[in-house]
Amino acid sequence: MSKKLKTDIKNPWDSLKEYTEARIAIGRCGSSIPTEELLDFRLLHAKAIDSVHTPLDCVSITSEIESLIGEKIHLVHSAAQSRSEYLSRPDLGRRLSDKSIQLLTQLTKQSSYDVALIVADGLSSHAIHRNIAPLFRVLMPALRSMGLTLAPSTLVEQGRVAIADEIASILNAKLSIIFIGERPGLKTPDSLGVYLTYDPVSGTTDERRNCISNIRSGGLAYELACSKLLYLIQESFKKRVSGIDLKDEQDIVLGSKTNALNF
Amino acid sequence: MNKTISIGHLKYTFHSLKEILAKASLHRSGDLLANISAKTDEERVAAQMVLADVYLSEFLNEEVIPYEEDEVTRVIFDNHDKAVFEEIASLTVGEFRNWLLMDDTNGEVLKRISKGLIPEMVAAVSKLMRNQDLIKVASKIRNITAFRNTIGLPGRLSVRLQPNDPTDDMKGIAAQIIDGLYYGCGDAVIGINPATDNYKAVTNLIYMLDDVREKFQIPTQSCVLTHITTTIKAIENKVPVDLVFQSIGGTQRVNESFGVNYAILKEGYEAGLSLNRGTVGNNCMYFETGQGSALSANAHWGVDQQTLEARAYGLARCFDPLLVNTVVGFIGPEYLYNGKQIIRAGLEDHFCGKLLGLPMGVDICYTNHADADQDDMDNLLTLLGVAGCNFIIGVPGADDMMLNYQSTSFHDALYIRSMLGLKPAPEFEQWLIKMNLFTDDLTPIEAPVNYRNFLNVSQL
Repeated sequence: MSKKLKTDIKNPWDSLKEYTEARIAIGRCGSSIPTEELLDFRLLHAKAIDSVHTPLDCVSITSEIESLIGEKIHLVHSAAQSRSEYLSRPDLGRRLSDKSIQLLTQLTKQSSYDVALIVADGLSSHAIHRNIAPLFRVLMPALRSMGLTLAPSTLVEQGRVAIADEIASILNAKLSIIFIGERPGLKTPDSLGVYLTYDPVSGTTDERRNCISNIRSGGLAYELACSKLLYLIQESFKKRVSGIDLKDEQDIVLGSKTNALNF
Repeated sequence: MNKTISIGHLKYTFHSLKEILAKASLHRSGDLLANISAKTDEERVAAQMVLADVYLSEFLNEEVIPYEEDEVTRVIFDNHDKAVFEEIASLTVGEFRNWLLMDDTNGEVLKRISKGLIPEMVAAVSKLMRNQDLIKVASKIRNITAFRNTIGLPGRLSVRLQPNDPTDDMKGIAAQIIDGLYYGCGDAVIGINPATDNYKAVTNLIYMLDDVREKFQIPTQSCVLTHITTTIKAIENKVPVDLVFQSIGGTQRVNESFGVNYAILKEGYEAGLSLNRGTVGNNCMYFETGQGSALSANAHWGVDQQTLEARAYGLARCFDPLLVNTVVGFIGPEYLYNGKQIIRAGLEDHFCGKLLGLPMGVDICYTNHADADQDDMDNLLTLLGVAGCNFIIGVPGADDMMLNYQSTSFHDALYIRSMLGLKPAPEFEQWLIKMNLFTDDLTPIEAPVNYRNFLNVSQL
């Protein structure tokens, strides 16, 4: 049997991996990355792509959410017909389809509600699949104890953040809260974001929103995300604003603010 | 102005330079989104044929965005050197392409005429060019800048070491810096995108980077990429700022959306200069740009995204930057849909910036919702290496876990340098050899002793 060939050069600073999840000290073959690393990267990229392109499992999510909020959730669709249209036409993802406008307009409802809860696939269906139930399990009891009236809840396919404005205004809600899949990173294929907007109307710009990002197992914990959200809701009703006028003084923000840019 | 061309039985009429430029632009999702692109491939070529016959001088008579209403237009026109322009004033855009490609039109000539060009002329000619034209002409031009080292010399390629951490964790950042330095990266800048714009957090990072650089006497510069007003405040408070960073775009309104204008940029530039921290030069500005930013801020005036990108370079060149970085694939598929569009845009941006006299680098990158992958990045990296790009980005294993996108890696830097025989900035090259991190023929030395010394000093 021939002698085992040398196929890579290890980095002696391997121990630094303890300090970061970044892909450091991965060694090299010549100037290139070793096969194992190459395939690991490819796998993570594949997972991220799958998160973008896997359709929302509306049936399971609907039943999960309904059991947690104790009432019906209404399935609506943005004006984007397909995933590729959604990706290339963000304007369509910010508007409801005509059929969905009709559906929400015809719902029996009060003349005013405090909060509209909206769940949307955004750029990662897996963010919803994996995080919405555990988050709502913590959130709903706390939200109920605040004594706020809840508008009919909606589940949105092919939705972007601003679609919450249109939905909340049709539903006569003072505050919209949208739970949406964030743009996946290699390490975060299933990160959930929450955007809160007081007095949402069509054409609302981003500085009027507050965002909580990176909610996932291994990211911002559900309990922490929830307490931050409840704080923002409280402050928002107190000051009747949202966005940069509503400074987050709790200071438990972590995670990438730049995720917010892609909506 | 109206220009008409007949192709077969169809007549195409264009009503403005802005419309010709938009319709002559190569297919990309952002111009479709803005609803300004050619409706058919034939219309696109018709627009290119019309554009080829437009005289360069016509761009001086018709602004794509009105002078009275846009500061960037004013900056472009007020800084245009008419005397230099005379040399090429007789050319049409089509003739200009031919002339740029002529062997006699060398780097020296191109540098000389640079101030006579406005961004719209450069964008126009790029729309007629094939990828190889963009590479060939750009490769003739060396825009050399300096701070603590010299960037952009022939046969050199620098790398920004980008050790981003989602929580600005100092140890996480330091570990990535070590990884990058040991692969020969960091000569363009060691630059962190902070997780927050909080003043205290930002200045902590600036002090940390300065500390590392001082301790190891690294001939490079550091930067924390925060809003320019935060950097100005830091400079006022005597924080050791090397480079002053800002994102900019090609219209006044997009810059307003970034919270900047010419006066603020000038204030930042002068504040940076006042510190006089450069040792071999005083280029102290670092700009980032990218096609699509104006459209995403609803500030595009119906001008195509590639022309607007070139206009951002028109603004950048007022401040003698050390580095200009087009972050080409970060913005997402609604502006550049796939690998093909990202590659084309990267080559266009590099070409336009170089011809306008800028030290162009490219963040060769993509997001996970774009139809692109590492193979596309390999292609663009190789093409830009050949084109003579000043610098690229280096993140560990190509994955920026803070910004959630993929850029080029430290390994990619090794690859392109070894493939094309490119070296780091000379001062940095000497340091790598002196520190026993690289051999004389620039192969990394993975010696345990090096990093132990490093760890001891950096108290990791």
